[in-house]
Amino acid sequence: MRTTLWGRIAYILGGLVAALALAAAVLVTMNLRGEDPLPDAADTAWRATPDQIERGRYLALAGNCAGCHTVRGGAPYAGGLGITTPFGTVYASNLTPDVQQGIGSWSAAHFWRAMHNGRSKDGRLLYPAFPYPSFTRITRADSDALYAYLRSVPAAAVPNQPHRLRFPYDTQAALAVWRALSFTPTSFVADPAQPAEWNRGAYLVEGLGHCIACHGSRNVLGATEEKRGLSGGLIATENWYAPSLTSKREASVADWEARHVVALLKNGTAPGGSVMGPMADVVYRSTQHLSDADLGAMAVYLQKLPDSTPQADASPPARRDTATMERGARIYDQRCAYCHGDAGQGASGAYPALAGSRAVNMATPLNLIQVVRHGGFLPSTSGNPRPYGMPPFGHVLDDNDIAAVLTYVRGAWGNNAPAVTTRDTMQR
Amino acid sequence: MTSLLTTAQALADFRVPDTIAQRVAACIACHGREGASNNAAFFPRLAGKPEGYLFNQLVSFRDGRRFNSDMVHLVQHQSDAYLREMAAYFASLDLPYPAVSNVSDASAETLARGKTLALQGDASRGIPACTQCHGAALTGVLPGIPALVGLPRLYLSSQLGAWLSNARHALAPDCMAEVGRKLSTDDVNAVAAWLALQPVPDRAKPASSLPGLLPMPCSAMPVSQR
Repeated sequence: MRTTLWGRIAYILGGLVAALALAAAVLVTMNLRGEDPLPDAADTAWRATPDQIERGRYLALAGNCAGCHTVRGGAPYAGGLGITTPFGTVYASNLTPDVQQGIGSWSAAHFWRAMHNGRSKDGRLLYPAFPYPSFTRITRADSDALYAYLRSVPAAAVPNQPHRLRFPYDTQAALAVWRALSFTPTSFVADPAQPAEWNRGAYLVEGLGHCIACHGSRNVLGATEEKRGLSGGLIATENWYAPSLTSKREASVADWEARHVVALLKNGTAPGGSVMGPMADVVYRSTQHLSDADLGAMAVYLQKLPDSTPQADASPPARRDTATMERGARIYDQRCAYCHGDAGQGASGAYPALAGSRAVNMATPLNLIQVVRHGGFLPSTSGNPRPYGMPPFGHVLDDNDIAAVLTYVRGAWGNNAPAVTTRDTMQR
Repeated sequence: MTSLLTTAQALADFRVPDTIAQRVAACIACHGREGASNNAAFFPRLAGKPEGYLFNQLVSFRDGRRFNSDMVHLVQHQSDAYLREMAAYFASLDLPYPAVSNVSDASAETLARGKTLALQGDASRGIPACTQCHGAALTGVLPGIPALVGLPRLYLSSQLGAWLSNARHALAPDCMAEVGRKLSTDDVNAVAAWLALQPVPDRAKPASSLPGLLPMPCSAMPVSQR
């Protein structure tokens, strides 16, 4: 009996070990999917052409690499920006040619592996705050051009900051599991049924543009949900909402004139809307620098995104509390009407109309709360070099005031969006 | 129906002036109408400040040398050219200063210490007098040094405190960072309390030149005068 018992235990233990080994092997295999072997010798013969460097400079703008890899006032591409996520803070790394701190010892193949496979030169798995789930689609030629450009910027010996992630997210094992579940290296495949312009737009929007990083939704593991596309996403730690690009109730541009879509990305403002918050940053640092041809291609692609506009609901008008509406109206007259007009009509070319505005009537009031609290100027661009501004009201209006004035704005002049509660405005 | 259409057209045609004053109207919400804030609160006056000073501050907010979160948010996506235009606009405003209150809760001892630091400095600790750089009347010096009179006490002490704690910067050579390292919190309190009580000279303008040589190199002034 005893031998049988021990035998059974040994059998179970052996089985467990085998299962663990198998799981580890699967995990490793899953993480190495689609990787080309790195050449053994360093490619010392690699030389960048001036065209390649210039192409790379442009592509770095298209990908807004500096948006994270350059801190305000810091050396270009020397890293350091902390990207806050629900799992902790991930710090952007130094991309300058510094040998110790930057990518000075990397080869073009190492760089490609980072972009396409999400692994660093030393083999470490990279956190997807670096949006390689999008960048994986770019071509090897574009990766090499980016590498050539980054090797041409001044080396800066700025040390990389260690990430500050909570356990278990700070372990490579957790990252390996995440990658096995959520990441497969892919290449962009042109759709032969679509014109070249659409394909170029798809390549930019789904690849370097990494639009889904904000305009997509994320699952509980923080992975972007590609099946749901650009249907809007909460930028959780910043409390901004990147509106859906597939819903006509939000920020779909399907019904716009194509030139207005280009204008929005190039100038930051167009007849149908303007950019504020994180998107102002994107226009200022990235899209305003892109060629009209590329912006046109992005417009074609964005206009043909699948439509996910919800059916108009026949529900009765949103309920609003009379006292809140009166309080909101008083605040509006005092603080807002001077620029936005006493009927929310705005001022042509200067202050947006609030009556009938999609941004005002969107289900979530998050962005409106941000704008009232912090104000802002549209980005200064070649097409709109001297934008009009809105003051921050965060130190003259408290949470109740902001809720009241926004409830009023969302319920006046034909607007019909749900009331804004103090619970909404208390989220920071 | 006709009247509705007319109203809609009138609304659609609502326009505001295409002027720099209108474009930067957002600033007056805090800094006061036309940038002449009174000194009761925190926000500093902008009207009549040297253009170079205002421009340097706007760029510093944008580029990570100054950290007021509202200011950073407002200017983070603005070009040099536009920030210079804003600076020139506020520098060009010639508005009377409001009367300065002569009430203070600072002790006579504190005020005396502030006065000594402002007018004589403290040579033993290597602290120059405010007047050596900010002008004999403390109304600033063109093109880059700001007035110290006509400012709220809270603003003065917060800025001096920011230099003391290394939270406000200018481009190198950063003279005030150097001064700040030598100040104590008592010094800051004393100088801010005394400065906030000083009446502003009638038709106060920044001086066109420094009273003498700068006591230390300063990025606010042209290289020839550093």
